Amino acid sequence: MCNFIRSAMALLILLACGPAQATVRILATTADWGALATELGGDRVSVYVATTALQDVHRVDAKPSLVARARTADLVVATGAELEIGWLPVLVQESGNPKIQPGATGYFEAAAQLSLLEVPTQLDRSMGDIHPQGNPHLQLDPHNIAVVAKALTSRLAMLDAGNADYYRKRGSDFDARLTQAITRWEIKAAPLKGMPVVIMHRDQIYLCHWLGLKEVAAIEPKPGVPPSAGYLGQLVSKLSASPPNLILLNAYNDAKAANWLSERVHVPVVTLPFSVGGTPEAKDLFSLFDDTINRLQAQNP
Amino acid sequence: MTRFMRVAAHLALACAVLPSIAQAADEVAELRAELQALKSEYAARVGSLEARIGQLEAAPAQVAAEPVQQPPAPAAGSRSAASAFNPAISLILAGNYSGTSQDPDSWHIAGFMPSGGDVGPGARSFNLGESELTVSANVDPYFSATMTAAITGEDEIGVEEAFFRTTALPSGFTVKGGRFFSGLGYLNEVHAHAWDFTDQPLIYQAFFGNQRAQDGLQAKWIAPTDLFVEIGAETGNGETFPGTRRSRNGFNGETVFAHIGGDIGATASWRAGASWLDLNAEGRSYEDVDQFGEQVLNSFTGKSQTWGVDAVFKWAPTGNSAYQQLKVQAEYMSRREDGDLTFDVEGLGLSDTCESEQSGWYLQSVYQFRPRWRVGARYDSLDSGRTQIALVDDRVLPAAAFPLLQAADPDRVTVMFDWSPSEFTRLRAQYAWDEARADGEQDRQFRLQYLYGIGAHGAHKY
Repeated sequence: MCNFIRSAMALLILLACGPAQATVRILATTADWGALATELGGDRVSVYVATTALQDVHRVDAKPSLVARARTADLVVATGAELEIGWLPVLVQESGNPKIQPGATGYFEAAAQLSLLEVPTQLDRSMGDIHPQGNPHLQLDPHNIAVVAKALTSRLAMLDAGNADYYRKRGSDFDARLTQAITRWEIKAAPLKGMPVVIMHRDQIYLCHWLGLKEVAAIEPKPGVPPSAGYLGQLVSKLSASPPNLILLNAYNDAKAANWLSERVHVPVVTLPFSVGGTPEAKDLFSLFDDTINRLQAQNP
Repeated sequence: MTRFMRVAAHLALACAVLPSIAQAADEVAELRAELQALKSEYAARVGSLEARIGQLEAAPAQVAAEPVQQPPAPAAGSRSAASAFNPAISLILAGNYSGTSQDPDSWHIAGFMPSGGDVGPGARSFNLGESELTVSANVDPYFSATMTAAITGEDEIGVEEAFFRTTALPSGFTVKGGRFFSGLGYLNEVHAHAWDFTDQPLIYQAFFGNQRAQDGLQAKWIAPTDLFVEIGAETGNGETFPGTRRSRNGFNGETVFAHIGGDIGATASWRAGASWLDLNAEGRSYEDVDQFGEQVLNSFTGKSQTWGVDAVFKWAPTGNSAYQQLKVQAEYMSRREDGDLTFDVEGLGLSDTCESEQSGWYLQSVYQFRPRWRVGARYDSLDSGRTQIALVDDRVLPAAAFPLLQAADPDRVTVMFDWSPSEFTRLRAQYAWDEARADGEQDRQFRLQYLYGIGAHGAHKY
């Protein structure tokens, strides 16, 4: 008995002295933020990703499984700018978890760390699905990832102060790798600059902006509004006169309209991963951009 | 013991020293990492400069012509401080055109005491539906508040919901208070604009007068598990059907419910639940006609207990509901009532015991076959059982004195088709073959409905 008490006490002392091993539970709304959280948090975090790259993040159900994950999360990593407006507020509200309420340390929005593109000067729903704070699809510019990574690193360090140095080290390591990769990507994609492309929804804007692709038309006449036959007809005549090099499609998009247009204007469609996991090659944030640029170049004559 | 203390002391020392050694090692590693980062940053900058020089040499004119697009600065806060805290406001407008083969004024569910709610096929021709105005915001770091007012086409304003909710309770607890839709069943908490059909299933119409709202308190707890497990309890004044307000202190309308749910792969999700409601009614009156065809007012006083189970399943290819989605849901409810029934409260006032056991269920499925287009079908069924009325069994009154309480098996088949050009508009056509009427006639009901949402973007529960 004495032995047992001794070992138990020794164990207790060890436990009290030892470093905190509890992982930070992260609920990421998209695969990109999941990948980033894993890059920065390493083995000190456990990450659950709410959606896949094959899903439209605008339109997700506040599923019971997600409420359960929100309940136990220490940190929610979201895009923000109302991208997840249809479901994330419900998760946060239903979770009964004070740690992840907006404004708390456990609630992180990527869009809040940046100036967004396409901030509307006028707000009216007759203009389609517009976002008052700007275009939320910011992950397709790696410079934005770098900014978000820095902010998320300090958020993790704040949330889990015991491992702050660990996060900072991983953060600077990630930043160094990303900076190098960005240079590589920008050199590789330099010939694509100025290339005219047709986009599907305005979620490729940041990619176009970063690589200097010239967006000549969008298949959606207004954000979130599918094209009518009349609009597609106009598009065909407009694009036949000056054909673009490519039609960009995201992995989660329905290919019908893009293929239809492709046949008529004789321009290839290139399916881009859009998010980590969107193509078999896009396994993490680095291969996401590698694959995106590879696919753009493979189809570009 | 001394040996143990020595060991403990060593351990404590080790614990105290180790971190400092580790820290020193960490610092060296950190310096190295910083150096590495600087090196790679310079390498990167040199690389990018070289690339730019290369580009400029290759095509000087083309590159120079490209203007650098700067991201616009975020909009400056120009609103005055007084309006900056305005709550989120959303307004839903609804209306319909309705055609029925039978007179909707004489519609009653056969075998069930009328619930007094706004139930049934509704008036014929053009009708303005309920306009739902919802205002909500966080109150402070501890509470949020929401109110939904329903302004009816008959120029009445009703408070559908008005409640506070805690946002800061730990361990998965949430407390709600005020007037709110009870958490029982699946459809009870869903607002009318989010229904998949223009009307509620017959069980909701017969058992709760469409939806059961409660003035009271609700506590909910979510388990810290990957499987969704939610348990809730409510109490209140019991005022709404099948209860009534009683002239006494204390609680009425105890409700408990539990839900579990999860995912099946990446493409499907589900939720299942069970609920139980215990209520008391005091002088709950309803209109009927007696055996001579005269209008009479009868009333029930006693206990009313309802239990139910519900299940929902949703599926979408690759889990992407933007294009196709299938939703299947079903609920079963059973109610036991035990008390006294008074015949002709304002006249004869005969009273004796009354017992009933009634149940019902529905199964519905909605399929979004392409973006914005959905079709749906629903089957409703009720079983009134045989209401045991002592006044009839003891031959004080004939069974014909209670035509609405004659045993019946009402049912209904409904099909629906809707188009939602955006998240904020829904236009719907619905057709129903209704065999729920107390007069036994089949009512064929056709309805066109519009729903428009303006203001804040709503977020819907599962």
